[in-house]
Amino acid sequence: MLSLTLERQSWAHRIPVGWKLATLFALTFVTFPIERLEPLIAGIVLVVLCWISLGRTGFRASLRALRPVLWFVVIILVYHFFVGRLHQGAVIVLQMLFLFGAANFVTMTSRLSDMMELVIRLLSPLRRFGIPPERIALAFALVIRFTPVLGQRGVRLAEAWRARSPRRVGVRIVAPLAVSALDDADQVAEALRARGGLRE
Amino acid sequence: MERNIVYIAVFAALIAALGLVPKVTLLSGIPITAQSMGIMLCGAMLGARKGALAVLLFLGLVALGLPLLAGGRGGLGVFTTPWAGFLFGFPVAAFATGLAMRWMRGARVGVAAGVASVFGGIGVLYLIAVPYYMAMTGAGLPDAIATAMIPFIPGDLVKAVVAGAITGTIYKARPRAVMSRA
Repeated sequence: MLSLTLERQSWAHRIPVGWKLATLFALTFVTFPIERLEPLIAGIVLVVLCWISLGRTGFRASLRALRPVLWFVVIILVYHFFVGRLHQGAVIVLQMLFLFGAANFVTMTSRLSDMMELVIRLLSPLRRFGIPPERIALAFALVIRFTPVLGQRGVRLAEAWRARSPRRVGVRIVAPLAVSALDDADQVAEALRARGGLRE
Repeated sequence: MERNIVYIAVFAALIAALGLVPKVTLLSGIPITAQSMGIMLCGAMLGARKGALAVLLFLGLVALGLPLLAGGRGGLGVFTTPWAGFLFGFPVAAFATGLAMRWMRGARVGVAAGVASVFGGIGVLYLIAVPYYMAMTGAGLPDAIATAMIPFIPGDLVKAVVAGAITGTIYKARPRAVMSRA
């Protein structure tokens, strides 16, 4: 399945995922107390420079990811303009753009498998509470496999609906989609058990 | 055990698949997606604990960088907006929906699932998302309700009713699959 990671390698791909996530985490805490505009703008400029360093496709992808956020930016600025606290609005918007841009940069330069490996490692203390990390890894893999299958089946159900009815395809295909997904689930569960199952 | 984990994974995938359903634009001009209905279905079908785990699994994959949110969004950035309270509230909402399902064990499945979805998927969800929005933007309660709640409520009510109907239908087709009633 399509992930948001950039295929092309860059300098940032080579930094270990743990470092990137730790930096991002630290940035969230550093950013929120900042109330002045200059450091926030400087941060955004830095993030944009990072985007540019990813080359043309990377830069374009970064801008594309920003599109849904711009809608929020407009709402927040309009609201704060009308209540007469434009400065506060600008601070919120700049903080958001900075963190969103930085977070997206981490996502685009980290391979899914590396991220997953780190998460499984971080979650391994859960073993003590009866949740082995291998089980979480299996669940991740199952979702990644099931999602495109369900998506395609949804498309087929919609086509079948259109072939039979002049009305628009609606939520009525969700129930058959869910039922077929549950049948799949039963089969997969049986297959897992047949191959030795999960250890309790 | 195998069945539990596969069901959790399938419902996480179902939330993702519902994000692919083209969004409906209401009269108010606010687009609604079927994705939050997936949250309701998780709680209503799987029960509190497994429903919340399915939602957590889904959010985990979004955070890892898969574009599974409606509109092909994903990655760590989506957790940084003032509206991220909805995302953080999703697992709690599914849990609350599952709890409400248990409280209404005697009622008809479809009705119980609809009411439980209103309680968890709307009531509890906004109880988290609205204060989060206020904390992030410094908006007062009336403003937060006007910008982050009122526009979405009509769509959410429709989704809760539909989630109830779907759960009822699935219960008829595959009674064993409705784990909250097992």
